[in-house]
Amino acid sequence: MDISEGGGGGHKKGPGVKKGKKLSTRVDLTPLVDLAFLLITFFIFTTTLSTPTAMNLFLPKDTDKPEELNKAKESGALTLILGKDRNVYYYEGILATDGANFKQMPFGDMRKVVMDKKSSTPVDDLVMVIKPTAECTFADVVDALDEMAIADLKRYAMVDVSEGELAFIGATQAANAGSAPAPAAQN
Amino acid sequence: MGRPKIARKSTVVDMTAFVDVGFLLLAFFILTTKFKPPEALTVVTPGSVSSKEAQAEDQCMISIGADGRVFLSLSEDTRRVEVIDDLTKRLGLTLTEAEVNAAGKSEYFATPLSQLKAFVALPLDQRKGESFPGIPIKDTANNELVEWVRSVGNVFLGDKLNLMVKGDQKMQYPAFKGVIDAFKKNDQMKFQIVTNQEAIPGGTPLAERARKETIKD
Repeated sequence: MDISEGGGGGHKKGPGVKKGKKLSTRVDLTPLVDLAFLLITFFIFTTTLSTPTAMNLFLPKDTDKPEELNKAKESGALTLILGKDRNVYYYEGILATDGANFKQMPFGDMRKVVMDKKSSTPVDDLVMVIKPTAECTFADVVDALDEMAIADLKRYAMVDVSEGELAFIGATQAANAGSAPAPAAQN
Repeated sequence: MGRPKIARKSTVVDMTAFVDVGFLLLAFFILTTKFKPPEALTVVTPGSVSSKEAQAEDQCMISIGADGRVFLSLSEDTRRVEVIDDLTKRLGLTLTEAEVNAAGKSEYFATPLSQLKAFVALPLDQRKGESFPGIPIKDTANNELVEWVRSVGNVFLGDKLNLMVKGDQKMQYPAFKGVIDAFKKNDQMKFQIVTNQEAIPGGTPLAERARKETIKD
């Protein structure tokens, strides 16, 4: 700290000694700090903050031989069909020919349905089947796979939707449009 | 007038320590920054609870845009050359050796195979990702990604391959199905979906398991 007082400190020198004006060696660092922090903010903002994460997915092999297929117990299966506008159609076990067990729910209810199925079925029989239709989005598929991870399920598969199921979806949509115009107006 | 004189203190603050910290942080951020590679296709990935970090090495990334266009990119230059070389030889494309070698500089491939020659010849700075049609996948009979994945599989034979799919959340499912079909046809059964990390919802089995695992650690 004595440097700053250096300017007035040389008065003890004898006469005739040439006295150079002592300049302060103190440098104003404020612009330097400004610049440094400007650069810091630049690098903070350009840094990719969250490194992308990845979820693993294993595909089952397509096979024509029935003996190679893993047979799931019918009672332990829950089929989730991802439809348009985040509608999910689902049924337990085998789809009844008259569509009696074919139900519809919004995407938000999926967790509850999956958890109910998980708690009501022995672990060895439990298998989830996800069937995305052509009208659902990639986010729906990932969210559905995510629900499997959230429910901590090990056995689930992604399968193509069948004609029969598509027919039931069409029938359900037609029924909704005909009988309940109020929910349609809400959307 | 017996007021005691208060010693006048200097208002100048010694900034040296401040500067030290500032530059230390600056150096840290400069060294840790990894610039985002120029993305040809803007993809907004969906969120998932997966916390596994995506591998950046030995990567073959299939990007699917919101409109369903498919781009393929490889992380290593040498692999790019090998893949293009394999495609050229297998399918009898008319690429010269110089063109095959030039493909190593290409960050991504985004055209049908018929336009590959023109794509590789196009200077890098003239490439506008938005203008390319993407690799055709929609038509099952003419799913060119099958050939791409086969070549990638040939090149990475015996080595570790991180096969990734980066899809836009608004993309319609058929595009994703086309990509999966291409994987299946080449027996590439294991791949990863790039997502944004989300918090695990509380009260679920996964949250329970994550809690137990942290206790164990």
